[in-house]
Amino acid sequence: MNHTAPEAHLDLGFMTLTFNLSTVMMLLISATIVFLIAFISTRKLALKPTGMQNVMEWIMDFVKGIIKSNMDWKTGGRFHILGITLIMFIAVSNLIGLPFGAISYGTDLWWKSPTADPVVTMTLAVMILVLTQYYGVKMQGTGGYAKTFFQPMSFMFPLKVIEEFANTLTLGLRLYGNIYAGEILIGLITSLAVSGTVYGFVGAIVPMMAWQGFSIFIGFIQAFIFTMLTMVYMAHKVSTDH
Amino acid sequence: MFLDYLVLGAGATGLNLGDVVATLVIFLGLMMLLKKFAWGPLMGIMQEREELVATGIDAAEKAKKETQALLEQQKSLLKEARTEAQSIIEGAKKQGEATREEIVTTARAEANRLKEAAVRDIEAEKEKAIAAVREEVVSLSVLAASKVLGKEISEEDNSALIKETIAKAGEAK
Repeated sequence: MNHTAPEAHLDLGFMTLTFNLSTVMMLLISATIVFLIAFISTRKLALKPTGMQNVMEWIMDFVKGIIKSNMDWKTGGRFHILGITLIMFIAVSNLIGLPFGAISYGTDLWWKSPTADPVVTMTLAVMILVLTQYYGVKMQGTGGYAKTFFQPMSFMFPLKVIEEFANTLTLGLRLYGNIYAGEILIGLITSLAVSGTVYGFVGAIVPMMAWQGFSIFIGFIQAFIFTMLTMVYMAHKVSTDH
Repeated sequence: MFLDYLVLGAGATGLNLGDVVATLVIFLGLMMLLKKFAWGPLMGIMQEREELVATGIDAAEKAKKETQALLEQQKSLLKEARTEAQSIIEGAKKQGEATREEIVTTARAEANRLKEAAVRDIEAEKEKAIAAVREEVVSLSVLAASKVLGKEISEEDNSALIKETIAKAGEAK
């Protein structure tokens, strides 16, 4: 149980990039799964949708609804693809750690949710922060963008600056915390199951089922929350009516 | 320690910049690929469907409007036809009335004319009869005179003769 991370180092000369190979592998697997789901279900497109096309269109409409509840569609339409990719990638990433939560090689933990790694979630959150600032400048102009920091009162400026960082921090850590905690508990229940006694194994079945079910729920909810908050922060920056 | 791994960030030594790069590259790459292979075509087909529905609704609306217009036209045509029929009947009635009036008048005039002709005929016949009677009287008178000339007659005889002649004439008549 005392897991370590399989790390690799890439020396660029001026700096060293450290890779957690497990995270990179799980990111790639999640991305592949998302791509395959989306790719396969959009192969036979028809005006009268059937099967998986319906599911994909439901997801698109769902994300469209999230965006529309925050800004008008003329402004928000450009974030549609970002939203769909975010919600599907995060949902798959959250769920992927559930089935094989205990696989490790040596002391290295290999199979886990990529979103159980704070580096991944914070990267996504900072990416959202940068995107909101970029689109804020792009759509409101530099002046309009700067003005949002002094609204509604100019003395709010320090709070507004803190808000940006607080938003980003909570966005990343909320996702990380939920998934990481879920995986910890799965790990604990697994260690109970393999503790060596029959009682431990039998006793672990029901909590494991309950917690995995709950983790599936959490995984979808967190993907939804991440996408929703992305659009909320985006709307704060790009709409003038806030 | 058994619970060491529960500590936040356990196992990580410092910031894994490589993971940051990997996450960004993988996520953005996934987004690009999906946009090209999945979301793009799907959005296209949804857009197409939206347009199809819109044109369908438009066409239905148009057809409805057209039907309405045709119905109005039919209604007005029907009304016109009814009015025309009414006027035709009215005209025929009037014409019939006029014809009847004319026939009656003509008949009346004809009858009058016939009556007058009959009266004239009667009158003429009467004239003719009178003339004939007169002629007869003259011839009888001549006869009587000749008889008087043929025989010696007295005053009394003469008068008796005239009386007799007249009586004869009356008988002969």
